Amino acid sequence: MSNPLVGNRPFPRAARTALRDAQLRANLRMATGTIRAKRAAVVSEMDDWEDLRAAGAAIKADVLARLPDLLVEFEAAATAAGAVVHWARDAAEACAIVADLVRETGATEVVKVKSMATQEIGLNEALAAVGVEAVETDLAELIVQLADDRPSHILVPAIHYNRTQIRDLFARRMAAVDATALTDDPPALTAAARAHLREKFLTAKVAISGANFAVAQTGTLVVVESEGNGRMCLSLPETLISVVGVEKLVPTFADLEVFLQLLPRSSTGERINPYTSMWTGVTPGDGPQNVHIVLVDNGRSHTLADPVGRQALWCIRCSACLNVCPVYERVGGHAYGSVYPGPIGAILSPQLTRGGDPSLPYASTLCGACYDVCPVKINIPEVLVHLRQTLRHPVAERPAMRALAWVMRDRRRYAAALRAARAGAAPLRGLARRRGGTTVRRLPWPLSAWTAHRDAPLPPAQTFRDWWRASGRPQA
Amino acid sequence: MNAREEILARLRSARADAVPPPVPRQYRRAGETDPARLAEMLTDRLVDYRAGVHPCAPDALAATVATVLAGVTPLVVPPDLPEDWLTAYPGVVHRDGDPQPLTLADLDGAGAVLTGCAVAIAQTGTIVLDTGAAQGRRALTLVPDHHVCVVRLKQVVATVPEALARLADPTRPLTFVSGPSATSDIELNRVEGVHGPRRLDVILVSADG
Repeated sequence: MSNPLVGNRPFPRAARTALRDAQLRANLRMATGTIRAKRAAVVSEMDDWEDLRAAGAAIKADVLARLPDLLVEFEAAATAAGAVVHWARDAAEACAIVADLVRETGATEVVKVKSMATQEIGLNEALAAVGVEAVETDLAELIVQLADDRPSHILVPAIHYNRTQIRDLFARRMAAVDATALTDDPPALTAAARAHLREKFLTAKVAISGANFAVAQTGTLVVVESEGNGRMCLSLPETLISVVGVEKLVPTFADLEVFLQLLPRSSTGERINPYTSMWTGVTPGDGPQNVHIVLVDNGRSHTLADPVGRQALWCIRCSACLNVCPVYERVGGHAYGSVYPGPIGAILSPQLTRGGDPSLPYASTLCGACYDVCPVKINIPEVLVHLRQTLRHPVAERPAMRALAWVMRDRRRYAAALRAARAGAAPLRGLARRRGGTTVRRLPWPLSAWTAHRDAPLPPAQTFRDWWRASGRPQA
Repeated sequence: MNAREEILARLRSARADAVPPPVPRQYRRAGETDPARLAEMLTDRLVDYRAGVHPCAPDALAATVATVLAGVTPLVVPPDLPEDWLTAYPGVVHRDGDPQPLTLADLDGAGAVLTGCAVAIAQTGTIVLDTGAAQGRRALTLVPDHHVCVVRLKQVVATVPEALARLADPTRPLTFVSGPSATSDIELNRVEGVHGPRRLDVILVSADG
């Protein structure tokens, strides 16, 4: 089975294909533009936004510092409330636990609440392998599932589809839909999805969810959603299985006051999402009576050990960083090859997979827009640069980096190299000036490996040292 | 070593040196308290979500319930919904748990559900249900396509932190409802009405009698 966190080709090659898709770029430009404006509007009406961000970041840092103790506290509280807590070291173990739990119920179909954790472990495929069909109930996840496609955005997995494409898909794949009467009006498409899933909600025996937050103090799980598909899954079936990354904890119930404000404004650009559900174990006579929680490591303890990289675990999966990223807006989510795309994916995926696709930290211009919008202040550019240093360099750059390191270790070698570069660049300077710039787009081989993905700046005609010598020392 | 012990050991060794940082809490933990302004803000947000808002005086509650539910039947209500809310409602009432819990088919076939709430948040237009007084179990406010919720002004707070602090027991099942169900999954345009109730009406009772 392919790893949901690593693509089958490195980012630069996947991006090249994506960039040729004009429809994809138009859909993404439209969607990210819309959501950026909505987010900016609802964030600007909060005069304590920066205070909320500071609290959110500190709470997450505190959680990571005390994670083992908080997990034990959570387990005790959830167990006392009637839940059964399971632990999974990796994706395979988590899938096996869930598959066994589903098989014990005898169900061959489960309804699912949108969950990044279950995508990350490849749960739907693992369930299919044991004869259980997992039905995605979030509208965008349903679109992607019906299209046999992969999600391309954390919050809006079908962001790469426009309404006409969705209309055609529903007409083709929904048995009960009158294909000739269905229009591409979003309310009509939404009504079709409601009709398609209604019977499944009312008859489902088993539901599978993730959790946005898990409260250590009380053993409570939280799901934040919009459509009511989450409420359906969380309150109607007999059995509920929730797959939760170990980093999803918050220490106390009161800490939710920070994240319930940060998350919706950052993700959908709303003051708050339509529905938030919280449940603590089993409530007699109300909702699922068999409640399971699977706590998943899957690379998180490895990520936690890196003092710079660990802040990626603060992420609350809002996707604000995707929506502002100039790279994401142009290539879309699939090019990242991981269920976590965009800037956060570029730092999370390679860490969770201990290397995975080492080209991902280069999928950024380091413009820093992601850091500005992150509701928990993850310094994504800092981690990108850090991972560029610690992960394997791309093949083309390894000799160049070694050569540069040798040159820069010695002042005379460095000065000689600069002189050589200036002499070599002289013929190119006229060319660059005609284009109105100071950069070259393509250098001859072997330097072409460097300019394949970026412009090369031309060395200035005069260095600072030369200028200093020529202009004389400043007069006292 | 079992999975639990191994994960905990890995996490411990990853953060052997850790010192928990202090958490700054300069953000707003309380807001507006003037009842008229709270009512105005809550109404503004609910209307923005395309929910219906029906202000009423305490002695006009039964009449307002009847007006909002005109032509709607049957109505489902939680076991402990006050009788006097229904005195002017002429339709059929199915009370949950009287004598049996209503089935999903009963709930699916209902014209509407009428409940109270635990607390409401003005700044976000949110109604919080905690399955406490006059609210019933979760399925009751989920399966019927029309939810009519009675909110008393003394239940309205300004901010999210105040609302969480007011909840009697956070381990009860909690549902935060902000308008009718909605999705933004098609080109990020908001469409009201998906799987949850497609219609939400709030009866805002001005002062307590």
